[in-house]
Amino acid sequence: MKIHITESLRIDLDQERWECSKCDTSLGNAREPYKKGLNVYDRDPREVHAALLDQDKYEYSFAPDPTWIRILEYYCPHCGTQMEVEYLPPGHPPTIDIEFDLDALKKQWADRKELPNPVIAPIGEIS
Amino acid sequence: MNEIGKIKGARSVATQDRLNKFLKDASLFYGPDPDIMEYHGLEKRSDMEDVAIKNENDPARMSIVSDRIQAGLDEAFEMLANIGIAPGAKWGDMSTAVYTASGDLTQASTGGVVIFSNLVQYSTKFINKYWIDDPTVGVNEGDAFLHNDARYGTPHNADQALHLPLFHEGKLIAWIGAVIHEGECGAKEPGGIPSSAETIWDEGLKLSPTKVAENYELKRDIVTFLQNSVREPKLQYGDMKAKLYVCCRIEKRMKETIAEFGVDAVLAAMRLNLENTETEVRKRISEWPDGTVRHVCFADHTLRESAMIKINLALHKKGDKLIFDYRGSSPEFTNRANNSLTITVKGLLSQLFLSYIWPDLPRNQAVLAPMDFVFDEKSVLKPTIGTPNAQSMMTLFHSWTAAQLCVSKFIFSLPDKYTRFIAPWYAMINTFQYGGLTQHGEIVGNICADINGMGGGAFADRDGQHSMAPFFATMADIGEQEFIEEELPFIQVVSKKLMKDNQSFGKYRGGMGYQMVVAMRGSNAFGFMLTAQGSKVPNTMGLFGGYACHAYPLCKITGVDVFETFQNRPDEFKYSIQELMNEQPFEGANYSTHAMALQYDFAKEGEMYMIAQGTGGSYGDALERDPEMVMKDMEEDLISHDVAWRIYKVVYDKRNLTVDVEATEAARKAEREDRINRSMPFDDFVEDWVTDTPPANIPYYGSWDDNEIVYAGSPDIKGKIEDLDPIIMPDPKDVRIQALEQELAALSKENPTT
Repeated sequence: MKIHITESLRIDLDQERWECSKCDTSLGNAREPYKKGLNVYDRDPREVHAALLDQDKYEYSFAPDPTWIRILEYYCPHCGTQMEVEYLPPGHPPTIDIEFDLDALKKQWADRKELPNPVIAPIGEIS
Repeated sequence: MNEIGKIKGARSVATQDRLNKFLKDASLFYGPDPDIMEYHGLEKRSDMEDVAIKNENDPARMSIVSDRIQAGLDEAFEMLANIGIAPGAKWGDMSTAVYTASGDLTQASTGGVVIFSNLVQYSTKFINKYWIDDPTVGVNEGDAFLHNDARYGTPHNADQALHLPLFHEGKLIAWIGAVIHEGECGAKEPGGIPSSAETIWDEGLKLSPTKVAENYELKRDIVTFLQNSVREPKLQYGDMKAKLYVCCRIEKRMKETIAEFGVDAVLAAMRLNLENTETEVRKRISEWPDGTVRHVCFADHTLRESAMIKINLALHKKGDKLIFDYRGSSPEFTNRANNSLTITVKGLLSQLFLSYIWPDLPRNQAVLAPMDFVFDEKSVLKPTIGTPNAQSMMTLFHSWTAAQLCVSKFIFSLPDKYTRFIAPWYAMINTFQYGGLTQHGEIVGNICADINGMGGGAFADRDGQHSMAPFFATMADIGEQEFIEEELPFIQVVSKKLMKDNQSFGKYRGGMGYQMVVAMRGSNAFGFMLTAQGSKVPNTMGLFGGYACHAYPLCKITGVDVFETFQNRPDEFKYSIQELMNEQPFEGANYSTHAMALQYDFAKEGEMYMIAQGTGGSYGDALERDPEMVMKDMEEDLISHDVAWRIYKVVYDKRNLTVDVEATEAARKAEREDRINRSMPFDDFVEDWVTDTPPANIPYYGSWDDNEIVYAGSPDIKGKIEDLDPIIMPDPKDVRIQALEQELAALSKENPTT
């Protein structure tokens, strides 16, 4: 039984493993944070949110201030899919964002059918 | 009132009752009551409701009665939009509602801002507790009560709520309410949400629930007092009348429903609507995984100075209960207006569930009944009673975004969804407030409807919608600009034009925000304000690998009259902020950028103030975006060639936008490989990245690595929140003067003869 937790993250309930749903790579023990199985890169936010105004002329340019905020990009170490991003001030501890009770999850899904794809809308509204 | 004198086991019930009565009669001041304000659950079912439900409980009949009540509320909402005077009434910043006799919100209008009606329920409970038996006040048929003080139950003081009791055969059986974001409330700056307020006394009118009408007639002495307290006396009187009349219309519809179905059917429908909603919410929460999801957000400004203000959320779910734990968020600011009230946080979160998670549920307060909330005392989300809160949105909105992200991560796995899965909506008020003398000689103070132009979040299978609606009122309008310009002395010289590259990048992008350039025309006493954050740190995050929105500054061009330019050299004008600021087409003009936090600023004719609306959060990895969707954005001039390559790695023929599929796949493969090569495993990264304290160069407020220890502007000022000294910020102008004096002193020392 595999559960879609995010766009590119699954839990294999039987194996108790996190998985990349893009390349099926096992990402580690599902009783630990999934981020432990990912690679991280500290990105200058201006590389993504590039200045729209001339930075030589203006203090504010529509780009974030890289001394105040950084983008932590989390990648699958096997296929390079960007699974999560986090905007944090320099040096701030990364957030352990998802911490599910695996045993409770198993009980919950014992009565449910495995979903081939995530459900993203009410039944009948998916086009 | 609390049972102040209660001593356990020491007195009989009768003695305690006498003591309570004495204390009540002898109370000096009926301030906001913590027993009322800290309880968001349902009141106990009353004997009257119990009898009614025994007599009337057929679900089909209850549904018909509820529909009849809903029709009355929606009719009244439309009526209010047509006769209300406030700009907010014209574009949906209002609500109508019905409450049980105990004061619980049981049904709200389909349109408008549900947080309004979900907050003002507290004031009906105040009236029930303090005024109903008070011989100097009392509650009678035809009375109406008005309040605006947020601490008694409104989102902020710019909102005014009017309540009418509904009587049947001499007995109070329900409350009826109408709320409008009126704007102007006599604060130190016009428009109702003064960013420069340093005390609650700078925030203008502080109306506790007050009887303003008897026998369905407004009391003219009270009306005059209120008119005398604000900048817009016409608005004050006109909208008090409008709200009273729509409440009378709802009363009429309620009485018709009672006449047709009987009072028990109406009472039972109102009560069961609440109880059934709570039951359904508990069932739906039970479907979620048990566990905890966390998110941290950062506000980057107090509206007076830059500051990194942390909003920290751990959302716990177990069984059929949710706990929102906001401990570890920033401490309160004693003399800044960016503190939120707990009721406002809770009320806004009801909007999250009723608009984005379970929009099929009835709009009532029971959605929050299975949820608990934990805040640090003296924090920016639970400030002490005398702390200013006029700009509560500056921390409130971030607490909402954190909640939307946490809820999304809880529900993605569920096999049943009740609406389409969505990334965070843009959540900040990038809009102008204004005040002064109009071209018609009237004094005004209010806010532009462009607050409703926020970009929608991306969906899991499609892009978000451009400049769609405010996140807190999904059925709202941005008004007719031409009508607004007839009444107010400024022109939007660039209006509702989407801003190129102002996009959150992802597999599906957020809905984009538009740019607006305004210039004052035809007044010698008129000015603008801005009350938005996010000029250094993006406000709204993406989801599952999607990026956030951009940062958003204020741009100004002074020393030029754009209307004179239009008249004499129209070709000089450029129709985008980028062109105007980068090309600097007006010779001799001053071009500058600022944080989007502008205290009231007198405008000169034809000088330009320029901002952009924000973009909703994106969804998923940008490298998975369909290259044809990237080309469609190119065709629509939403993005540049730079973005198409730098972010999306699409290779195409720039002449005809034909995608080179193989080359694109190769470029994306190379980028994925580069990601793996430039990154490091999580544990190694953490060891390298995490510091013991916040950076010394950032004025940081909130917890760092331990929720029990919070920082207050410096790595050296930290401790348990209850032990910290009050955070009193200096006046930014004093800071500037001091810096200039130091500079002058240094120059004088270097060159004593000057």
